[in-house]
Amino acid sequence: MAVTTENLPSGEQERPIGFGRLKRKEDARFIRGKGNYLDDIRLPGMLHAAILRSPYAHAKINSIDTSAALAHPNVAAVITAKDLETLGLAWMPTISYDTQAVLAGDKVRFQGQEVACVIATDEYSARDALALIEVDYDPLPAVVNARKALDPDAPLIRDDKQGQLDNLASPTWEAGDEEAADRVFAEADVVVEQDMIYPRCHPAPLETCGMIADFNPQTGQLDIYNGNQAPHAHRTVYAHVAGLAEHMIRIRCNDIGGGFGNKVPVYPGYVCAIAGSIVAGRPVKWIEDRSENLMSTGFARDYVMHGAICAKDGRITGLKVDVIADHGAFDSTAQPTKFPAGFFHICCGSYALEAAHVKVKAVYTNKAPGGVAYRCSFRITEAVYLVERMVGALAMEMGVDPIELRMRSFIAPEQFPYETTTGWTFDSGDYANTMRVAMEIAGYDELRREQAEKRARGELMGIGVAFFTEGVGAGPRKHMDILGLSMNDGADLRIHPSGKAVVSLSCQTQGQGHETTFAQIVAEELGIPPEDVEVRHGDTDKSPYGLGTYGSRSTPVSGGAVAIVSRKVRDKARLIAATMLETRPEDLAWEKGRWYVKGDPEQGVLIEQIAARAYSGEPLPEGYEGGLDAQVIYDPPNLTYPYGAYIAVVDIDPETAAVKVRRFIAVDDCGVRINPMIVDGQIHGGIAEGIGIALMEVITFDEEGNCLNGSFMDYLIPTALECPDFELGATVTPCPHHPLGAKGVGESPNVGTPPAIVAAVIDALHETHGVTHIDMPCTPARVWAAMQGRPEPPQ
Amino acid sequence: MSVQITVNINGEDVTREEEPRKLLVHFIRETPGLTGTHWGCDTSNCGACVVLMDGKPVKSCTVLAAMAQGHQIRTVESLERDGRLDPVQQGFHELHALQCGFCTPGMMMTARALLDANPDPSEAEIRTAISGGICRCTGYKNIVAAIRWAAEHPATVEQEA
Repeated sequence: MAVTTENLPSGEQERPIGFGRLKRKEDARFIRGKGNYLDDIRLPGMLHAAILRSPYAHAKINSIDTSAALAHPNVAAVITAKDLETLGLAWMPTISYDTQAVLAGDKVRFQGQEVACVIATDEYSARDALALIEVDYDPLPAVVNARKALDPDAPLIRDDKQGQLDNLASPTWEAGDEEAADRVFAEADVVVEQDMIYPRCHPAPLETCGMIADFNPQTGQLDIYNGNQAPHAHRTVYAHVAGLAEHMIRIRCNDIGGGFGNKVPVYPGYVCAIAGSIVAGRPVKWIEDRSENLMSTGFARDYVMHGAICAKDGRITGLKVDVIADHGAFDSTAQPTKFPAGFFHICCGSYALEAAHVKVKAVYTNKAPGGVAYRCSFRITEAVYLVERMVGALAMEMGVDPIELRMRSFIAPEQFPYETTTGWTFDSGDYANTMRVAMEIAGYDELRREQAEKRARGELMGIGVAFFTEGVGAGPRKHMDILGLSMNDGADLRIHPSGKAVVSLSCQTQGQGHETTFAQIVAEELGIPPEDVEVRHGDTDKSPYGLGTYGSRSTPVSGGAVAIVSRKVRDKARLIAATMLETRPEDLAWEKGRWYVKGDPEQGVLIEQIAARAYSGEPLPEGYEGGLDAQVIYDPPNLTYPYGAYIAVVDIDPETAAVKVRRFIAVDDCGVRINPMIVDGQIHGGIAEGIGIALMEVITFDEEGNCLNGSFMDYLIPTALECPDFELGATVTPCPHHPLGAKGVGESPNVGTPPAIVAAVIDALHETHGVTHIDMPCTPARVWAAMQGRPEPPQ
Repeated sequence: MSVQITVNINGEDVTREEEPRKLLVHFIRETPGLTGTHWGCDTSNCGACVVLMDGKPVKSCTVLAAMAQGHQIRTVESLERDGRLDPVQQGFHELHALQCGFCTPGMMMTARALLDANPDPSEAEIRTAISGGICRCTGYKNIVAAIRWAAEHPATVEQEA
């Protein structure tokens, strides 16, 4: 079923008690400039921290002289690795069981690494004092190319790790069946191989990372204000790192100016703020500047990939992939612990392959650590890029239309639930239908005709196709954890005597509209209008435990939790309703907001009447404790598998090689849509970020390890001029195991967009210029080089 | 060394002793109640800090507070008047033109300046006008639509959001 999802004009909007288009509750403060972001918070007596960073990618530190900085009249303290050692905070664990220096003691291992921290009365003074710190470095050779990191003469980066003799960050990790894949390739009619890079890029939320730490030496209480995507998990980490009691730490995430994966990890700056507050005995605010954000916190991707794909009898049959993952100087990649390459092995894509084999090894380089999932579920954007590029290359080799090859090779609707050759169980889908809807919106055949006409005139127009299946909503306790914490989420729902409700969540909005969407889930389940449901999140003292928002987890995991907790309340309400109606609970039926007597619908009680009764002095059911509330932890039985078909139309200026995205068609199937307006908004944003990655966004280094994209002057982000007016469509295939049938959507567009655009660029240049592959980002210089027959990988 | 700086913000003179290097964005944000103007990049690329100076949009991270002396500054907090939202605010709410909200004040002030100069802008004119700002959440589609909505509803509208 195809659904149009364009925004309704004002005046035709619904005011749903439940699912449907509903304007956002959180807008009221944001449109008035009354958001409460980290830097808006000022605590009495608060000091400001600034961090001195390494100018070298690799260097020995001989000495650090802080005396002049300490003499600055506005400086309260200067912290170095030596000071942190006495607090036991010199090194911190990463999400991936590596260790990372909070402040470098003996060596710096990437440009921008944290070396010292100044605490001063104001930010200007703190930054002034950084210039007064003298560090004596001995520069060392650096390695920034993942392919060269394992060369015998490569400098050893992690000499801090006992027994580490090379730059291998983690041993080769494999999925699938290599022998079976070899057999399928031996029997194939066509085999295509391709090297490609998914370059390093950065989530770059508009609000950078930061923290206010407020340690109270009298009580031992540590209050933290910090925009992060997983407040409960952070609290547990701080308890371990700082040796503080977990119940004496409170984290408050107020409004967050975007996250996109950048605000998942714990950063050295956070530990410095905490240490600074412990040392100074006052609140300490640390907020990084934009260069610090781009140069030192959570980068994304940086996968060097080799793919081989094969076909027999006209359809895709096998895939082999070999990856070198570049983790930078410390392995702080963000993924479930048992999955060192994240969910990369979902790279068999949306196709019924006979066999596949994937191997990934990881290396250390003299680059910033990270490996966060920039608006994607744990390396799925790399996986989808790989397989979609390979399918595109195969179609080109076979001389088949890229949609036709996909249509022949898709997993068929009747094959679901479908076990992939690398171990995933896809829940549901009708891929061909979604692909057809995208073709219809695009006017695919007409576009091909237009392209042929333009080509005849010497104009360069390309049409690119991508189809993706994402696995989101990690995840089942038996398979997935992060640092031993199960990837489950809690929900706590309280109905007050007046029938108004408060629902508390463990996931953490960074703009996704949770205050609206989750109120709508309670409304759908209980019939309480969304405006009467207060959604609480972002305060570890006031919300149940859970792992937060990333990997499109919110709706798949917390959404499931809220549906189930609402149903628990509904079941309790039924008991009370039976007492009120003097009948048995099994004789009652539910309609939205009301229990009534089966066969006598006039006899019923509203949820607000039941709530009033629950707290009253009137009789309650035998054994009922009173009140109307419930709490749950939701352990999802499987991931959810949203999918989509994307088509990009680009024009390339033959004289400047500038790529213009003229049209972008996105048809997403994310199952049931709770608020279609918010879903569309998520897709719009993800496409824009995908356009950025495909055309502009990249973090590169020179051979000495100098970061070449350390500000928005060089790290280019699409503006309104680079983004077309996106054309969206939808199909709805409900998730069979999710309580609401929803699948999650926030990251799908970032997964599907880059391969569609790159395919369009290649499509524009293949016939005329013989281009068969180009690595991202497709900047004019790089496209021009490809047009001249000398494509170069980014470095 | 500090100097006395007086800046008229939203119709009121704000006077403080400040270092001459104080940036206007910080001067505004350190004024009680005026944290709606955001900082995002240092290099005047992102537009989160856009305010109006004598009616024209400026990036307040690239203006010294002292340079704003004697000028009229308008921030996001001035858009709502007597409990009535500016059409730009209403349009942003109606058409879901904001998500995390961080770029929103800068985008709305840019839109206000555009509509003051050009009450009936085309989509291309809107896109050009806001191209000095970055939004990571919306892909701009709904921002463009919201500004068109505001152009089509020029009278200040009843408070709804």
